[in-house]
Amino acid sequence: MGEFRDQSDYYLLDPPHIDELISVLRGLGYSVIGPIVREGAIVYDEIESASQLPVGLRDRQRPGYYRLEERGDKAFFGFVVGPHSWKRFLYPPRFKLFTVSRKGEVTTHNVGGKKMAFIGVRGCELAAIQVLDKVLMGGPYVDPVYSTMRRDLFIVAVNCTEPGENCFCLSVGTGPEVGSGYDLSLTEVVGDGIHYFVAKVGSSAGKSLLERIGVRRATGDEVSEAAARMEKSRTLFRKSLDVTGLKDLLYRNLESPVYAEVAERCLACANCTLVCPTCFCTTVEEVTTLSGNVAERWRRWDSCFNADFSYIHGGPIRSSRLSRYRQWIAHKLATWIDQFGVMGCVGCGRCITWCPVGIDITEEAAKIRQRELEVSAT
Amino acid sequence: MAEQSLGAATGLDTFKIEWCQVVGKAKETPDTYTLRLRPRQRSEISHNPGQFNMLYAYGVGEVPISISGALSDGQTLEHTVRAVGPVTKALASARIGSNLGLRGPFGRGWPLREAEGQDVIIVGGGIGLAPLRPAIQHIIKNRERYGKFYVLYGARTPADLLYKRDLRVWRGRLDTQLLVTVDRGDEKWRGYIGVVTTLFRHLRLEPNSTYAYVCGPEIMMKFTVQELKNQGLPDERIFISMERNMKCGVGICGHCQFGPFFICKDGPVFSLSEVSNFFGRREV
Repeated sequence: MGEFRDQSDYYLLDPPHIDELISVLRGLGYSVIGPIVREGAIVYDEIESASQLPVGLRDRQRPGYYRLEERGDKAFFGFVVGPHSWKRFLYPPRFKLFTVSRKGEVTTHNVGGKKMAFIGVRGCELAAIQVLDKVLMGGPYVDPVYSTMRRDLFIVAVNCTEPGENCFCLSVGTGPEVGSGYDLSLTEVVGDGIHYFVAKVGSSAGKSLLERIGVRRATGDEVSEAAARMEKSRTLFRKSLDVTGLKDLLYRNLESPVYAEVAERCLACANCTLVCPTCFCTTVEEVTTLSGNVAERWRRWDSCFNADFSYIHGGPIRSSRLSRYRQWIAHKLATWIDQFGVMGCVGCGRCITWCPVGIDITEEAAKIRQRELEVSAT
Repeated sequence: MAEQSLGAATGLDTFKIEWCQVVGKAKETPDTYTLRLRPRQRSEISHNPGQFNMLYAYGVGEVPISISGALSDGQTLEHTVRAVGPVTKALASARIGSNLGLRGPFGRGWPLREAEGQDVIIVGGGIGLAPLRPAIQHIIKNRERYGKFYVLYGARTPADLLYKRDLRVWRGRLDTQLLVTVDRGDEKWRGYIGVVTTLFRHLRLEPNSTYAYVCGPEIMMKFTVQELKNQGLPDERIFISMERNMKCGVGICGHCQFGPFFICKDGPVFSLSEVSNFFGRREV
């Protein structure tokens, strides 16, 4: 990814600068959204100061497991990703599309309001936003809600110096360094009595923000230290997804026996789709007032794991859990590529962590590959 | 797809329904009605045969309904609705003069231009005849542009046959071969008995110069496709119209996915060669 080459682009932020960064953004009219702790998990919400960040916390993740614990340091971004993704701010879980009166007057509702700044966007998450850009703005139809929320977005990205147990961004090419598309990226260096952030400028807006804060350029040693942390990060991954010929593998194996096995465990609870930063399916709800004079249409997130998702007269097309899991994984890893030119999976590992029975997308894809080899060997 | 019409492609207008007046209504069968809808704002509403609209019943909901015909005034479209769920029941009970919401037309229709100079066979099953009717009307209106023309239609019983007046007119044409069959006859029925595929024994298609357009229940399309292949038609010239749950009509709600396709924007009409890895497969 060619990070840390040209040192002139790098600036040094001390911990108090993060708070300044937040207040300057707020002063510029941004609603600043960043990680906070709520109900035992790190989620995203509007913040006013750096003191709200999950300082000194780490998230322990395994399939079907998530716990926060003390790191023993004062790291600001010493965790990876939680159950929220930025999708909830760009493509709200519920949105009122229009109101219609019995007389036929249709009123659409205004989108957005304040422009948003995201603090702490990881490589996988930046990639996920770019996937949603293709889905919701890249075709002949441009979603008005997403495109409005996305406009004027300011992104402070964070490189992951310590991948989580379920992370596999390295294998799908979205991390641990963030790719392009941010305004500022930060690499946090913490430990042995030092604590600083090496910032890289990604846009003119990012640069002018640093100028407002008044930070100095990073020294060569500081940049090298940040680069070394990222180099080490790449060696810490425990999970990977083999993307070699993955699309064709799944297209060839739509009847793989692996699907029947995973259906034995899958609860069709839809957790994986709700925590996924790229899942974009929605449904609509009709809401009428008691008087019946006004009706509203709301759009809300939906999931291909729900029984009525594929309902047509006579019953759901996908009545079995087998077919719903197959739809989900084949969409993420195969059909998405034909639809939008990119894979729908960015390697964040959320679906693994938040699956109540710990189904692991990387393991299931590997099993499908393995089973095909076994069948062709016999 | 290059030629799709998405209407207003940006802004919440895409989700904004347009009110239409029900200007005509015909009872086709005990539970199926054809509604004539005229938009209150647009002075003209054009469509391609095979496209669909999202129709909205006030406060109840919205469903995709094929365009089953158009009047020559250019501002009235017909939709044939079978009352099977809450929304279709509300649509089917709409009175003349009342209002329904409409978004569309959406999707890719039948390749009528591509089939010019060739023979065409149209095969409909049940209410699947609805999206085929504008194609039949188009071919009859431009009859000199096409070769031999066959229409095969199957329904459960004589009472379930749609467009009975049209069927009489089409049967009377010397340049159109219409074959109709029912699964079960009644005391007055003197036509064919059996599923629609049994009609193929009366035909000898020209495999190298025939286009086939098929719509009906998936099981009916599966067996019809088999008959067409038996007659030697290549997958590239067999077209089917697919049905799935739809919420948006513009390819973003995700409900209508069929393999890599969004039926609403990539279809609903597909050539068999496009969908051969998915068509006929269970629960795709």
